[in-house]
Amino acid sequence: MEAAMGLMRRIHPKHSETALSALLSLLPHHSSDLLSQVDQPLQVLCDMDIGKEFILCEYNRDADSYRSPWSNKYHPPLEDGQLPSAELRKLEIEANDVFAIYRDQYYEGGISSVYMWEDENEGFVACFLIKKDGSKAGQGRRGYLEEGSWDAIHVIEVGPEDEGIAHYCLTSTVMLSLTTRDESSGTFSLSGSIRRQMNMDFAVAEGHLCNMGRMIEEMESKLRNSLDQVYFGKTREMVCTLRPPSEVLQVRLPDS
Amino acid sequence: MAEDEEEYQEVSEPEELSDKQKIDIAKWFLTNSPSGEIQYVAKDVRSVLMDEHLYNMAVSEAFPVYNKTHIISLELPNRSGDVLITTYGELNETEYLDPRTAQVAIVDHVKQVCTEVRPATDEELPSPYIEEFRCALDAEIIKYVDEAYPKGICSVYCANGKDVEGPGSDFELAVLISAARHSPQNFCNGSWRSIWNVEFKDDMQMIELRCTMQVGAHYFEEGNVQLDANHECNDSTIFQFPDDCAISITNIIRHHETEYLASLEGSYLNLPDTTFKDLRRKLPVTRTLFPWHNTLQISLNRDITKEIGTGK
Repeated sequence: MEAAMGLMRRIHPKHSETALSALLSLLPHHSSDLLSQVDQPLQVLCDMDIGKEFILCEYNRDADSYRSPWSNKYHPPLEDGQLPSAELRKLEIEANDVFAIYRDQYYEGGISSVYMWEDENEGFVACFLIKKDGSKAGQGRRGYLEEGSWDAIHVIEVGPEDEGIAHYCLTSTVMLSLTTRDESSGTFSLSGSIRRQMNMDFAVAEGHLCNMGRMIEEMESKLRNSLDQVYFGKTREMVCTLRPPSEVLQVRLPDS
Repeated sequence: MAEDEEEYQEVSEPEELSDKQKIDIAKWFLTNSPSGEIQYVAKDVRSVLMDEHLYNMAVSEAFPVYNKTHIISLELPNRSGDVLITTYGELNETEYLDPRTAQVAIVDHVKQVCTEVRPATDEELPSPYIEEFRCALDAEIIKYVDEAYPKGICSVYCANGKDVEGPGSDFELAVLISAARHSPQNFCNGSWRSIWNVEFKDDMQMIELRCTMQVGAHYFEEGNVQLDANHECNDSTIFQFPDDCAISITNIIRHHETEYLASLEGSYLNLPDTTFKDLRRKLPVTRTLFPWHNTLQISLNRDITKEIGTGK
């Protein structure tokens, strides 16, 4: 299992789906571990009742069907599919509404879905998903990207309320890829994924949605920032180590 | 990579895999290893396969492919320099020509070492006429690579017409530059590869250049982020005496590679405010953090905008 995770850490992010299916077939007895530890690009299905797309993940899946957050129905239809309690469903509806506005303000497009379910220790778990196609053929407003995708998965475990305080444990993954292409500079492509965790205690008075939303917003900003500054920055540093920019060379070799 | 995807279609079924399928999977992981990481990948592949025989079959097929794609450089055992592993110098599966020293390196692909050298035979080397052009170009390229790439290895091969004895026939040289930097302790590896095909057209007295440059970098501390960049370009110059050809060809190469590096820098500079913004903005369109404490208000506002039709 450790070796499998080692391979996933090295294989090119654009091959991660192929790599995962290969590992699943080599290590069938580890399939549940692999599926829970390896994040995959998000898939989308259309809710025929509402005419709106929703995102698929392990958390809205029952058998081979997925529950839409819009109609609360399984696609394809499933009898006795698991549903959240009425109270949690109310919060789920509100979360989907508000998160769609949040998503629009940061992503200027994209699709979002929020799923909630009760867990064993009197709390609940919420999963916030965002998928954005930022390519010029998709929803890239500025039209710079030949290809561009951003998939975010935020899973928050909310502990039971204790004296007005609840514990929130957030695990977030962002997977992205972006490619630009033109005559003069060829193809330039960056892709990757990172995963981080954050733990907080909040007063429940302001509402779970407000608390979860703030954590997700902070986390997304952190992840975007570290991808931009740290991860992309490191690859840029590497390029400059391989072939230092000419200013550096001119200083070293004034007579050339 | 379409072929790779195809190899896997049958694999998604839960039945027991055939040995061939297991070897194919192992080879796929190995040949797709990032620069400088195949040994680590091999270690993991070995533990996932749990079958020494299949593992050995997979590595013996995958390593030569990987070594040639990545144009890895191996030190010659007699301290006479480095040899590049490339199809341009490949005499057979384990023998690679080093044109500069007129030696043949015998390599162990899986260990990624050169075990022995022998002098090249006359048949393996280009004619004296070609050698004059090749040698002059090699000398200029060495100077350029030394100044431009702190860890660059280069070699000039005769790609076509090595037996041309004198003026009157076309021939082709290939300039290969390979620079790699591996620092696994900093979770960072990268490589730069350029292949310049230089065609000497005797009838037109022209030299035509075609180039492919490939740059890759991998940073994997608590994540997995990879850069892939590649670029192709063409240029031409006039056919002259060997020394003059060497200088003008090297100038063209220097010019294009410097420009390409600048355009890579440009792509990085564009990231924060243009390219990346099409995926996700740093701040919302409102330029303030999202008002989570006021979500009821937001929902209401949205309903109103919807009702009176002021929305998009």
